[in-house]
Amino acid sequence: MLQREEQESHSIQVRDLTKKFGDFTAVDNISFSIKRGEIFAFLGPNGAGKTTTIKMLTTLLHPTSGTMLVNGYDPMKDQDAVRRSFGIVFQDQSLDEELTAYENMEFHGVLYRVPDRILRKRIEELLNFVELWDRKNDLVKHFSGGMKRRLEIARGLLHTPQVLFLDEPTIGLDPQTRNHIWKYLKDLNRTEGITVFFTTHYMDEAERVADRVAIIDQGRIVAEGSPEELKKKTDAKSLEEAFLSLTGKKIREEEAGSIDQMRMTRRMWGR
Amino acid sequence: MFRTIYILWLRQLKRYVRSRSRIIGSLGQPLLFLVALGYGFGPIFQKAGAGNYLEFLAPGVIAMSILFTAIFSGIEIIWDKQFGFLKETLVAPVSRLNIMIGRTLGGATVATLQGIIVFFLSIAAGFRPTNLTFLPVALLIMALTALLFTAMGTAIASLLEDMQGFQMVMNFLVMPIFFLSGALFPLSGLPDPIVITAGLNPLSYGVDGIRGALVGQMHFGFITDLAVLSGVTALFLVTGSYLFSKMEI
Repeated sequence: MLQREEQESHSIQVRDLTKKFGDFTAVDNISFSIKRGEIFAFLGPNGAGKTTTIKMLTTLLHPTSGTMLVNGYDPMKDQDAVRRSFGIVFQDQSLDEELTAYENMEFHGVLYRVPDRILRKRIEELLNFVELWDRKNDLVKHFSGGMKRRLEIARGLLHTPQVLFLDEPTIGLDPQTRNHIWKYLKDLNRTEGITVFFTTHYMDEAERVADRVAIIDQGRIVAEGSPEELKKKTDAKSLEEAFLSLTGKKIREEEAGSIDQMRMTRRMWGR
Repeated sequence: MFRTIYILWLRQLKRYVRSRSRIIGSLGQPLLFLVALGYGFGPIFQKAGAGNYLEFLAPGVIAMSILFTAIFSGIEIIWDKQFGFLKETLVAPVSRLNIMIGRTLGGATVATLQGIIVFFLSIAAGFRPTNLTFLPVALLIMALTALLFTAMGTAIASLLEDMQGFQMVMNFLVMPIFFLSGALFPLSGLPDPIVITAGLNPLSYGVDGIRGALVGQMHFGFITDLAVLSGVTALFLVTGSYLFSKMEI
């Protein structure tokens, strides 16, 4: 059993978590914990099990076995308590494009039962924070990819969650927009102490942004530690080298799987 | 709970009102049916001693537009599933039953509105309801028909993986439901298989009720229509909720 003290200092605790789809093991007996206020990265190639893990932590999938605690709640038993305690930015865009930025926020606020008198103020605060307040009445379908991402981050924060999950938050965005988004998230982490759990297959992001990184490959956590520790452990100059020596392969953009290519095409076409 | 249902309902309505091209586009088909069939078959219908065909047809076309809009509203869940918005609703601390209720009510409202628009369209095309006192009954039956087929669309959408299945649903389910419902022809004096199929088809009762209310011609009668429509709607709502609650994304 997990110790009480440990529960309070940790946002997320995972023990022996496994998810199988038929014969295929997507997540293979992983364990890790994330401290409150930490920025934690899951680094790994496509199909490593990153999204599956996030889906289990956020109540969208039932694990085959293992235990999880998110902010002290069990995602399988206390679904609503868990859901209220985290915000999430999905890998695929999940805004309603026929609604305005403000309406997307309002919709979220009502679903999460944010009281009316707080809701308006909070929406204004957050849209200002991601610099979209002057576009609040524009339909989301006219937004660029980066603006949509920023809006999703603002939306994920609306109900003041303790943990923010971000699944490949910067995939398909240009370097400038990527930097911009990480600036918001680091600010947020510093000022509000929110725990950030993100997945990525960009080495430089994990190295630059995360306090701690878990390298995941074929459903297993291969190594875990701060970027410095990982580099020291493998005697590497960069995280990329460390990754190479730990998994025996490279991650590259052009190796993106067919699903990612589809996603990027879709983004290009503005869907 | 009511605010959740309300905001989901409102979302459907806003999406509908904003898609002006979709509204205008969706009026083309009913107009074609009214003009081409209404005026094309009118003389033959008249000669056969069956009365004014446009009068007979218009309620059927109203029911048709409700059927298509309602099924499509339900099926839109697949769209939301594929393009991500559904996830946003499903990780929220809200029960799936409330999500399903909000969406279904929204879709049904949109389909009823579409039916009302087509009602006015048919008047513009020359249709004259014989008895306006029954208009509220016509509206009630339109709303029930809309609810029934939105729930059916939701149930189907919960089972389908992507939009590819949609074409099959249109061809093997929605089209037969429309053509074998008595929307286009009277059900009396037809071969048994067609009469039996029409009897098993919930749209037949919607068409019959709307026609009865607007022009006073009936095959089943109001009591049967309302009973069948309510019963089948309840059945689809329960099935739809169950399938929706089991859906994984």
